[in-house]
Amino acid sequence: MTASAATLVEVTDLVKHYSRERAWLGLGRARNAVRAVDGVSFGIPAGKTLGLVGESGSGKTTVARTLLRLTEPTSGSFRLDGTEVFGLRPTPLRTLRRRMQIVFQDPYGSLNPRMTVRQTLREPLAIHRLVPKPERDARVYALLGEVGLDRTLADQYPHELSGGQRQRVGIARALSVEPAFLVCDEPVSALDVSVQAQVLNLLADLQRTRGLTYLFIAHDLAVVKHIADDVAVMYLGRIVERAPAATVYGVPRHPYTRSLLSAVPVPDPTAAPQRIILQGDVPSPTDPPPGCPFHPRCPHPKKNDRCRTEPPALRQITPGHLAACHFAEEPMR
Amino acid sequence: MPDPVLRVHDLKTYFVTDRGSGTARAVDGVSFELAAGETLGIVGESGCGKTVMSLSILRLVPEPPGHILPGSFIEFEGRNLLTLPPRELRAVRGNRIAMVFQEPMTSLNPVLPIGAQVAEAALVHQKLSRAEARRRTIDLLRLVGIPDPEARVDDYPHQLSGGMRQRVMIAMALICHPQILIADEPTTALDVTIQAQILDLLGRLRRELHMAVLLITHDLGVVAGSADRVVVMYAGQVVETAPTRDLFATPQHPYTTGLLASIPRLDQPRERLRSIPGSVPPATAWPGGCRFHPRCPFAWEKCRTEEPPLLETGTAGHSARCWLVAEPARRTPR
Repeated sequence: MTASAATLVEVTDLVKHYSRERAWLGLGRARNAVRAVDGVSFGIPAGKTLGLVGESGSGKTTVARTLLRLTEPTSGSFRLDGTEVFGLRPTPLRTLRRRMQIVFQDPYGSLNPRMTVRQTLREPLAIHRLVPKPERDARVYALLGEVGLDRTLADQYPHELSGGQRQRVGIARALSVEPAFLVCDEPVSALDVSVQAQVLNLLADLQRTRGLTYLFIAHDLAVVKHIADDVAVMYLGRIVERAPAATVYGVPRHPYTRSLLSAVPVPDPTAAPQRIILQGDVPSPTDPPPGCPFHPRCPHPKKNDRCRTEPPALRQITPGHLAACHFAEEPMR
Repeated sequence: MPDPVLRVHDLKTYFVTDRGSGTARAVDGVSFELAAGETLGIVGESGCGKTVMSLSILRLVPEPPGHILPGSFIEFEGRNLLTLPPRELRAVRGNRIAMVFQEPMTSLNPVLPIGAQVAEAALVHQKLSRAEARRRTIDLLRLVGIPDPEARVDDYPHQLSGGMRQRVMIAMALICHPQILIADEPTTALDVTIQAQILDLLGRLRRELHMAVLLITHDLGVVAGSADRVVVMYAGQVVETAPTRDLFATPQHPYTTGLLASIPRLDQPRERLRSIPGSVPPATAWPGGCRFHPRCPFAWEKCRTEEPPLLETGTAGHSARCWLVAEPARRTPR
């Protein structure tokens, strides 16, 4: 996972802090700074998928939004195919946005209810002046075909579509400008399981035919397993473990990753229940615990004072496998 | 099976829709029994009718537009809940049968302390004094795993996390020691580590309090770990019912098989997921014949014209609404 010629996406030390808010004229409550993303680095080779996993409040969506500069990062670097995205001025940024697109979680909220599918898909073609006007409809039909939708849907409004169809429209819209890098932020978590499988398969097919690079964000480790080449696990704004998917699922080194894996319900009643039930909730990112951010919930038998005071560094445990736990070098169990 | 505590027979809940798109037959002839102390999982995707079914049990479906058809029957303690006068129904609702909803954020009153909300049912149904109700509330908050319940009892919902709010909802449901707990997607809005906590809690409470639990969920993984028996719903009907192990080992209905195959799984290698083609039809226009036939890889002429009944598969307590049960030789995809 080190930088190489084939690395399309290179994120280094990404930080996003929401600043402290003072009470307004003594009214309301003062808020501490929120360290939503606190030094996140990763690379994604061209044509591959990095799965970014975490629970609510882990900062995974903030990572997505800052990469696309839908939210301005506090600091850090994001190089897309060698071009630094952060700090880019509006005009070149607009050009670069063609190369990176996002598919949102909520297919209900992310489509304009007053635009037909055709209008939604024609708009990016017009904005980026990609296709001459007379050819735009043909492109719309081609896109619909590519995401498995019938062209008769072109003149329907979002409310006339099912959830799965809406998400396909969202994917078609992202693809319309022919991006190289696609951020998928929980693209299937609002969908029923049978439809979810259809959309996951579609994303896998599109990656193969178009050579797309994905940052696939999800809270569901089982979903990520079916699409990701590498996996990064986030907790309280930091990556706590990062490795090729088979390694994360096979030999996880961070106790949080192990707990997450064990908490996924397995659809097999004969499977021995071996859930590690974590105590408590994810702490507030306004007031992260000192030391290792996971220590208040950590079930590791060797947890000690060092965990409570000294934050563990994210470091290489075996080649390509990074973990941030003081005991990560010791084999589990 | 021990005596059922709840018997649902031929429940039909329809909705009259505006703009003439017809009647939505959301729940269309559902029958099942819930035994004392068991957990029965009701599984299905959006639009299968599972939530309307659970709301119908306590007559929480708004009427109009909803409408429970005559002939439907929900037997609890020897009486039909559907014909009970409002006063007697209120004595059952929240008291003998309680409910936990999916959305802990929106199901709690934001301007009342949680303790007052948990205690309310005990004040109304059991005529406890305020002091007694408060004491029982604190005990229950402790039972459902809320740390420092003496202090938290006066907190407002916004001061609690999602998982803690769901624990409050469960405490609220349990305050009158109900015989039946209806839990509608109790963990869907929660993170996976919190979901594990809540499922663990529900299982423990069921054993300690000897409740029967009706667990309504879209997640077969949740059912596999918690339910004794499973009812699979599709298009307003029960399409398969079986003891949990049988259902997962030998699913009979192609919808159940398809649902199981489309779950991304941690315990299996990465591979292409199998999906069910198409999507659930609208409740105003269920297909004729077998309601699953347009999406079924095995469907033949009979499936398009004749609606199958629930057929016994030969294993105890296992039946499926599919002609394949009668003609197993046809189980080869077309």
